Amino acid sequence: MNRLRLAALIPLLVVLGGCNFVVMAPAGDIAAQQRDLIVISTVLMLLIIVPVMALTVFFAWRYRAANKEATYKPDWDHSTGLELVIWAAPLLIIICLGAITWMGTHLLDPYRKLDRIAAGKPVPETVKPLEVEVVALDWKWLFIYPEQGIATVNELAAPVDRPIHFRITASSVMNSFYIPALAGMIYAMPAMQTRLHAVINHPGRYTGFSANYSGAGFSGMRFSFLGLSDGDFEGWVAKAKEAGGTLDRAAYLELERPSENVPVRFFASAEAKLFDAIRNLCVQPGKMCMSEMMAHDAKGGLGLAGIHNTLPLTYDKTTRRGAVFGDEPRYIASICTTEEAEAMMAQAPADTTPRNLTPMRGLGLPLPLFSPRGTPSLSQLAVPSRPSNS
Amino acid sequence: MSEASTQTSMILGKLTLQSFPLHEPIVVATFVVVALGGIAVVGALTYFRLWGYLWREWFTSVDHKKIGIMYMVLGLIMLLRGFADAVMMRIQQAWAFNGSEGYLNAHHYDQIFTAHGTIMIFFVAMPLVTGLMNYVVPLQIGARDVSFPFLNNFSFWMTTAGAVLVMMSLFIGEFARTGWLAYPPLSGIAYSPDVGVDYYIWALQVAGVGTTLSGINLICTIVKMRAPGMSLMKMPIFTWTALCSNVLIVASFPVLTATLALLTLDRYVGTNFFTNDFGGNPMMYVNLIWIWGHPEVYILILPAFGIFSEVTSTFSGKRLFGYTSMVYATVVITILSYLVWLHHFFTMGSGASVNSFFGITTMIISIPTGAKIFNWLFTMYRGRIRYEEPMMWTVAFMLTFVIGGMTGVLLAVPPADFVLHNSLFLVAHFHNVIIGGVLYGLLAGIVYWWPKAFGFRLHPTMGKISFWFWVIGFWVAFTPLYVLGLMGVTRRMRVFDDPSLQIWFVIAGFGAALIFLGIVFFLLQIAYSIWKRHELRDETGDPWDGRTLEWATSSPPPAYNFAFTPVIHDNDAWTDMKRRGYVRPLSGFKPIHMPRNTGTGIILAGISLALGFALIWHIWWLAALCFAAIIVTAIAHSFNYDRDFHIPAADVVQAEDERTRRLAGSRA
Repeated sequence: MNRLRLAALIPLLVVLGGCNFVVMAPAGDIAAQQRDLIVISTVLMLLIIVPVMALTVFFAWRYRAANKEATYKPDWDHSTGLELVIWAAPLLIIICLGAITWMGTHLLDPYRKLDRIAAGKPVPETVKPLEVEVVALDWKWLFIYPEQGIATVNELAAPVDRPIHFRITASSVMNSFYIPALAGMIYAMPAMQTRLHAVINHPGRYTGFSANYSGAGFSGMRFSFLGLSDGDFEGWVAKAKEAGGTLDRAAYLELERPSENVPVRFFASAEAKLFDAIRNLCVQPGKMCMSEMMAHDAKGGLGLAGIHNTLPLTYDKTTRRGAVFGDEPRYIASICTTEEAEAMMAQAPADTTPRNLTPMRGLGLPLPLFSPRGTPSLSQLAVPSRPSNS
Repeated sequence: MSEASTQTSMILGKLTLQSFPLHEPIVVATFVVVALGGIAVVGALTYFRLWGYLWREWFTSVDHKKIGIMYMVLGLIMLLRGFADAVMMRIQQAWAFNGSEGYLNAHHYDQIFTAHGTIMIFFVAMPLVTGLMNYVVPLQIGARDVSFPFLNNFSFWMTTAGAVLVMMSLFIGEFARTGWLAYPPLSGIAYSPDVGVDYYIWALQVAGVGTTLSGINLICTIVKMRAPGMSLMKMPIFTWTALCSNVLIVASFPVLTATLALLTLDRYVGTNFFTNDFGGNPMMYVNLIWIWGHPEVYILILPAFGIFSEVTSTFSGKRLFGYTSMVYATVVITILSYLVWLHHFFTMGSGASVNSFFGITTMIISIPTGAKIFNWLFTMYRGRIRYEEPMMWTVAFMLTFVIGGMTGVLLAVPPADFVLHNSLFLVAHFHNVIIGGVLYGLLAGIVYWWPKAFGFRLHPTMGKISFWFWVIGFWVAFTPLYVLGLMGVTRRMRVFDDPSLQIWFVIAGFGAALIFLGIVFFLLQIAYSIWKRHELRDETGDPWDGRTLEWATSSPPPAYNFAFTPVIHDNDAWTDMKRRGYVRPLSGFKPIHMPRNTGTGIILAGISLALGFALIWHIWWLAALCFAAIIVTAIAHSFNYDRDFHIPAADVVQAEDERTRRLAGSRA
């Protein structure tokens, strides 16, 4: 681990240079570990890159045509020993790097629940992560805090040293949710949900943005991320509650229309289950939720009747146009009522997977393929399903 | 429903006066310049009565050498367009700070970065690579042409038709505003209802026909038309890389075609493959497009590796070190390139095991690539290295590419990619490998084979100035992007709010200016060399003391390449012939069977261009007409029995005598 500490000094030097190398000097434990991996991998590769570059320059100079002293062997083109070295040297580096990759990728999987707040500081059993629901809209970010009941636009806050669990989706096109100081990015995709577990270790105001181009207002799709002490976070929540306003379905449909460079906005309360409705593409009343559609399909579908179960699209967030030869823009009408649909979403099993606190060693994770039927393996337990609608 | 989008007429489809971007002063000014330039060129061609010559000798030619040269011209012209886009982006990003919006609005800027990527990959790198393969491969294997000469001409014109469609989008309508891979749902009809994505789709589909057919053609040529004695393991290494590259083309371009076809159905017919609603899955598109997209990278870099191998061996005056392991490395890269596509979207939420798998397969590619670097190193070892321009590019490549390779492997570590994905670090990385690998290779190849194609060398002085501007310019332009990536700056941004970043963009812009000078001096070098061609003339056909078969014939080679098909005994065939005291046959020439020129290729491609345009603008009658015309023309061509002719023995004798005289003159 000494090597790690030494590596951690490098970004310090960089910061001394006066620039904000946030990727190399982040304020969150996950991002810091990701940074360490960058440094370790780079050092590992330099072990071979530097000699190659040196040899290139040396050979290029030494064997220049003007240097008649140098040996010239025009027909020498094979050496089994050299070939072995040539293939073995990169292979060894890649074996090391591959091992680090396997471990690092599993340890820093954004879906994995945090087991530590920082090096040597495990998450106390009593601490529950802060739940935040993130929606990428055209072109702003909506954050819903189900515990606190509030919602904000383009400003996100979290208490220092408390794990945060983000559930992320998008309303229209693909974006990527990225706060460099906190943790790596993860895509925000419509009709799908991704997750991110992270923690911020130092108070401060950081920048977050979309890291995937999403159209005209993309450049202005930035937000502040505030790392606050517990007290300040309470204050921030109180401020949001004072701001008034309710984010219900109607307000959301208004909010999701395209707009650029949107200022920070607070909602004192947010409708419960709004995030699930957004993810299931059924905020608009009367539209069938994807979960409902999947439930129908799982039972054999609606058959031919399903084809006709559509209504013309009257509401749309963008200037939508139907395909020239296709049907007029339409949507699938819900069969369930909104309440039934919400009740169904509530039935969806919550993510109750236990934290995986086993130290990651070279062995990696047990292979789910070979685990006996019926007894889910550890890795199946530890990782909730991938971009999914569940 | 927006009003403008629903207006279509029977005659002109969606095309109206509003389709012309008259409100964009930059586009209008560009149009004026292009129009004046175009008129000047057309005027000059008419004045000097060159149209007939061009039609007979070039446009309808089925000679692989002329087609190769036309590919290079296309690639270089499109390089200027793609580079102009790059410069506009650099200026915008260096400008738009402190509340300034810069000089480009989002509508224009978003088209520019999309066009830059699309053009540089499809219409610069691909034509240049295909052009060099077309020119060099048949010569290297001792063939008289490719397997299907007409198909070759058709392929070239289809690629050109695609390029013309992209250029048209600049002045009629608009180009896609989606990024160069046009991810849905953004590229779907709901979020891109205008013609931009349609231009993108049809340009790539039309050009894709050319690329795929050219791939098939070159594979057949290499497999079936090698000179006697040239077993696979005696093929020149450039031909090997060309073979692998074309295998990749044939295996991966159909995926692109199918993917774009599905997107087309979504946009035109209302299917839901990649939509959010109705069970569509945009991530499927991302997977599919990268299953094509990653092999594409190797389609470009493998031939460049081949060029570096030829150049290193020639200018070190030495056999290539580890030929066999070089071949195996190439083949291994070819296969592995299909097993890594997911590394382009680690951050879309695949599981840790999936990400690890693709991360590690990506790293494994660096092993054969590393072996190649070592092979070039040990080719130089105990050589006698002559620093002509191609060799300078090679050394610059080795020093540049290893850095790009290192950042590439770094990005293959998923947790590192989580913080660097889509950042300017990534942009710097792929420019590092594409400029430092593909482009340096192409420039080395152009200088290396120029005397073969035209019979005179390129003037070295200006080439070396160009070289230094390119190499220094590259590092000045892209080091700041590496730095910015580590500051968490993402790509495709139009305006910035952190003023401390500006200095880096200004430096990058300065680097782009240096690269601009590199391009200027490269063009000047060509112009000056043409002017001084008599002083730079190469009478021997072998100006670099070459080692492979293309240097055995005259410069430029006669239409039939080789009067007698050579017999091969060694993988450095020409070196072997020179050593064994090869004597050119001076008599016994026979008539040579050759394919005849045809205008069908350019006609078919012209109709395809019109078809693409009609589909983009929903001009259905024209689309139907063009589609029928393509079928009819193709059928009519199948009844064309006048496809070949014999070069009379007397003409061969005359050409070979001329060569004898010139060889004697060069020795005297």
